[in-house]
Amino acid sequence: MNPHLLELKQLHCERDERVLFTGLDLHINAGDVVQVEGPNGCGKTTLLRLLTTTSSDYRGEILWQGQALRRARLDYLNQLLYVGHLPGVKKALSPRENLNWFTGMYQGHQRCSIEAALEQVGLFGFEDVPCFQLSAGQLRRVALARLFLTPARVWILDEPFTAIDKQGVANLEALMAEHASGGGCVLLTTHQDMQRAATVRKLNLNDYKPVATAAEFTTPAEER
Amino acid sequence: MSDIPLAEEQLLRSRQLVSPGVWAGFLATLRRDTIIAFRHRGEMMNPLVFFLMVITMVPLGISPERIILATLAPGMIWVVALLATLLSLDSLFRSDFEDGTLEQLLMSPQPLYFQVLAKVAVHWLVTGLPLTLMAPLLGVMLSLPAAGFVPLCYTLLLGTASLSLIGAIGAALTVALRKGGLLLSLVIMPLYVPVLIFGASAVNNGIEGFPIGGQLAVLGAFLAMAIVLAPMAAAGALRIGING
Repeated sequence: MNPHLLELKQLHCERDERVLFTGLDLHINAGDVVQVEGPNGCGKTTLLRLLTTTSSDYRGEILWQGQALRRARLDYLNQLLYVGHLPGVKKALSPRENLNWFTGMYQGHQRCSIEAALEQVGLFGFEDVPCFQLSAGQLRRVALARLFLTPARVWILDEPFTAIDKQGVANLEALMAEHASGGGCVLLTTHQDMQRAATVRKLNLNDYKPVATAAEFTTPAEER
Repeated sequence: MSDIPLAEEQLLRSRQLVSPGVWAGFLATLRRDTIIAFRHRGEMMNPLVFFLMVITMVPLGISPERIILATLAPGMIWVVALLATLLSLDSLFRSDFEDGTLEQLLMSPQPLYFQVLAKVAVHWLVTGLPLTLMAPLLGVMLSLPAAGFVPLCYTLLLGTASLSLIGAIGAALTVALRKGGLLLSLVIMPLYVPVLIFGASAVNNGIEGFPIGGQLAVLGAFLAMAIVLAPMAAAGALRIGING
């Protein structure tokens, strides 16, 4: 049997002595779109950061195609695309220059030209405008243009719909569905209702909260 | 038994990226940072203007006597060059941290060592190199003896490169702190002292007609060590910084 693309085993994460989630088991296979849910501050971004290898502050195991993430790191990073809260776009540069840097870092084959990618996200004609002249939504679109360029299989998107208009959200959802059906997987957080909700698996981080959370919150105050 | 049909699996295999070129990644960052540096010309000129202003004020504040200035010149130019470098260090990783490109850098399949090296190289190109090129002019203003010019340029050329590299460690350590400026100076200053001592003493030796090969060799050794170790330390510090 093929190993899962990504597998989390009994993942446990603490932040500032507060347990965010514990005993988290999750399998992600090719074709999955997984939406991580939960109220603000429940550890969604932290979970995604663990999966982007920028943080290794966890107990439990993360496996990439059956291998420990720490060992298969380079192979995994080659297959990973992350769009986070921060757009990761240099404001002094034009969209074209920003994406040039991105493709230079992941030299391999690109799925389409930078111009085509920018056209896909509705930035036709803005290729050479400095990014500080773009609106928040347009900056976000520059970051999202990477989705069209990369052949990476794992997409990790933290609030990708922020500042994107309705039509843009619909396009993005269609793109994710297409990526999943092409053998990739998507892990995202969003507070919006997704139109293609039927095809989306949900992971509610509240289900993995330690049972004693309520007590933990009250006891220190009572002790004082 | 396979869950995915064979043809589809082959398709997936063919989509796997070839390993990214380290050199290509290095050049991409080098090019990007150079463009950004030239777009922020004001920031780029800041250390140079500081260098020029302080040196201009020395004769006004101390004495316009040639003999006094000549004795002060080597040390003065070196100290101010060092402070000018320090002034520009804080922004080395800061803007990347704030707009999220540092995150992207850390999770790219590129070795962080070479990425840091590229960023430091740009920092040196826009601060250390211009400082070195400006130094002879300022030497004239401080009536530096003729024999001191060549040693001054050589030592600054080697020394400022070390200063940029060592400074990158401090900049990386303090990147996640809101007010890292003071801490950065405290962390970096002790490491700058040997460079300053050997740099300034080489210029003094040159003026007095002694050979400067020894000091230059030590500065070269410093630089070699800094090229090997400093990006590694800075890369480690960046990983810690982004983790918190």
